[in-house]
Amino acid sequence: MMKMTLATVSAAIALAFGSAHAATTLTIATVNNPDMVVMQKYSAQYEKETGVQLKWLVLDENTLRQRVTTDIATKGGQFDIITIGLYETPIWGKQGWLQPFDKFSPKYDADDILPSVREALSYKGKMYSVPFYAESSMTFYRKDLFEAAGLKMPDNPTWTQIGEFAKKLDNKAAGVHGICIRGLPGWGENMALLGLVGNVFGGTQFNMDWTSAVNSKAWNNAISFYVDLANKYGPPGVVGNGFNENLNLLAEGKCAMWNDATVAAGLLFDPKRSKVSDKLGFAQNPVETWNKGGSWLWAWSLGIPASSKNGDEARKFIEWATSKEYINMIGEKEGWVTIPPGTRKSTYENPNYLKAAPFALPTLKAIQGATLVDNTAVPKPYVGINFAIIPEMQAINNYLGQQIAGALTGKSTVKAALDASAANSDKIMKKAGYIK
Amino acid sequence: MSATVVNHSGARSQKRGMKVWPLLLPSVSVLLVWMIVPLVMTIWYSLQNYNLQSPPAQFGGLSNFEYLFTDPDIPIVVWNTLLLVFGPLLITVCLGMAFAVLYDGPFPGRGIARLLVITPFFVMPTVAALVWKNLFFHPVWGLLAWVEKLFGMQPIDWFSSHPMVAVIIIVSWIWTPFATLILLTAMQSLDREQIEAARLDGAKAVSRFIHVVFPHLKRPISVLVMLETIFFLSTYAEIYVTTMGGPGTATTNMPFYIFSRALQGFDVGLASAAGLFAILIANVVAYFFIKRMSEHL
Repeated sequence: MMKMTLATVSAAIALAFGSAHAATTLTIATVNNPDMVVMQKYSAQYEKETGVQLKWLVLDENTLRQRVTTDIATKGGQFDIITIGLYETPIWGKQGWLQPFDKFSPKYDADDILPSVREALSYKGKMYSVPFYAESSMTFYRKDLFEAAGLKMPDNPTWTQIGEFAKKLDNKAAGVHGICIRGLPGWGENMALLGLVGNVFGGTQFNMDWTSAVNSKAWNNAISFYVDLANKYGPPGVVGNGFNENLNLLAEGKCAMWNDATVAAGLLFDPKRSKVSDKLGFAQNPVETWNKGGSWLWAWSLGIPASSKNGDEARKFIEWATSKEYINMIGEKEGWVTIPPGTRKSTYENPNYLKAAPFALPTLKAIQGATLVDNTAVPKPYVGINFAIIPEMQAINNYLGQQIAGALTGKSTVKAALDASAANSDKIMKKAGYIK
Repeated sequence: MSATVVNHSGARSQKRGMKVWPLLLPSVSVLLVWMIVPLVMTIWYSLQNYNLQSPPAQFGGLSNFEYLFTDPDIPIVVWNTLLLVFGPLLITVCLGMAFAVLYDGPFPGRGIARLLVITPFFVMPTVAALVWKNLFFHPVWGLLAWVEKLFGMQPIDWFSSHPMVAVIIIVSWIWTPFATLILLTAMQSLDREQIEAARLDGAKAVSRFIHVVFPHLKRPISVLVMLETIFFLSTYAEIYVTTMGGPGTATTNMPFYIFSRALQGFDVGLASAAGLFAILIANVVAYFFIKRMSEHL
């Protein structure tokens, strides 16, 4: 409540002051990821060219989500441009909280945007945000360790194979762990990966009547496999490891394998940040008894709240930041490995990028293969891969993530954790009116 | 916290009531608005099924309360809330008393020592929690890990194996100076001649403390316990910075539970219902605990 009032008050102040100036100040809320920080750096040039003033609010992912969601849901009107994800866009588009992108300026090649990404950022055929970068998930592995052990990573591995590799490559005495894997609880942390594991073991998160399906045999197999894998061949303290922790572990040469976001490839491939940049191999994310829904799709994208009075100016900035020209500029000035990936076909036809980044084509393949519908072995009522795109998902998956973390540390059994999570999910869905 | 108000009014003030009321009215009405409006809004929202991301809010009757009281986490959350009140309370009062007695006597460098023992109180809770998390408790580069390795022990990962103890230590570290400050001030009003007399009668240090010093400190301790209970009931920053309420729900107390439902799940109705429940807990604690303590005043 406190936060909401504060947001409203500060929004009122922002409005009062904003209207006193000329109507060309854009307030932008964004996430503190490296690609966005680069965008902020180069936006000074945009200000110079257009005379538009940009006001930045750069926050970490969780805080950003809290600020932006409370602002847009209470019609605060603080921002002209917000950085949101593939999860928020269709939900907010449906609510009418975002201005649709029904037309682009002629020189902005909108058909160049990858169809799977474009579709994910649309509601009923209309785009509600424009992708700044997009990612899927893939398997990273150490070619040198695989060669030394006489192993070969297939292009499309299964989790069972990953488990066997982890067992053979685990060498705790030498400080190398068989696998690094997410353990930190949260819907965007451990659940981002475990939603995929659940899919390829033949499961789904909801039955057709919206009752929870995480207490099914498929999920039980999936999570039991994960707990066993992480505890036997993972690093100590795996329950505290999210994306960044695992990235550091792999970059320091402490893991033989890792399954995570494709954007990690650019970071791991940078010799300034990574000790293993010349020893990295890339494969698709694993499948198991079912061969779809094994890789996620995520996009950080830019949208305009319906309350913004500077919609036209905001549109121009968004077109600038997501254009081919912007990507080329970053490639030439900052290095091709660091461009915002995953959004445009032309990026993957650019010879400079393909030469600099051997992970480019596996990334493209993963993104193109990730579809939000028709991806589980059993029928499901929702849209989404590793999570359902419904407002109730965050509460449900945060709880599930916490329970699985409890099972990972041995505080409860996998069965108890999944049963408790299913009961919690059913309660939430009943309260929200999905289960009649 | 209305239970802390002790009614001393007798017949006299009742007679004057008629004349005093108009004068009190402005401040009382401001206070009422200040308190009643948010309370009524919270009650209103607690009866709505309102997820910020799927408006409009719909009247849900008592469904939020039904969810809340069948939530298997709630007993743990209430227990954690109480632990986070009484744990630091015990530690800060005991340590505060020890420091007060220690720093009361004359010794060289007393001014600086007193300053140093008060200092942690001026460190913001978020900063204090970060310092403890990264410089003391961290299993790789923390001071405690270094000490443990020195003795050939396996470093403890505090926030995953003893999360509650770790949070209690941080809260106690921040609030011990406050206890010291209040009790040290009280020590200075202790009549030196009483101590002298006790000493002449042959009382040893321990019995001097039990029979002279402690009875003198009883009243300031009551004040201290009252104030600290109010602050400890709303412990939040230390948890947010270190454990985010986990692992599982090991360090989720009532304020953090409300935060997570309101701003991580965006369920306004449930968070409001939990808020009302928190008011209930606070009043129960206030009634039994603070009332008893205030009897010493």
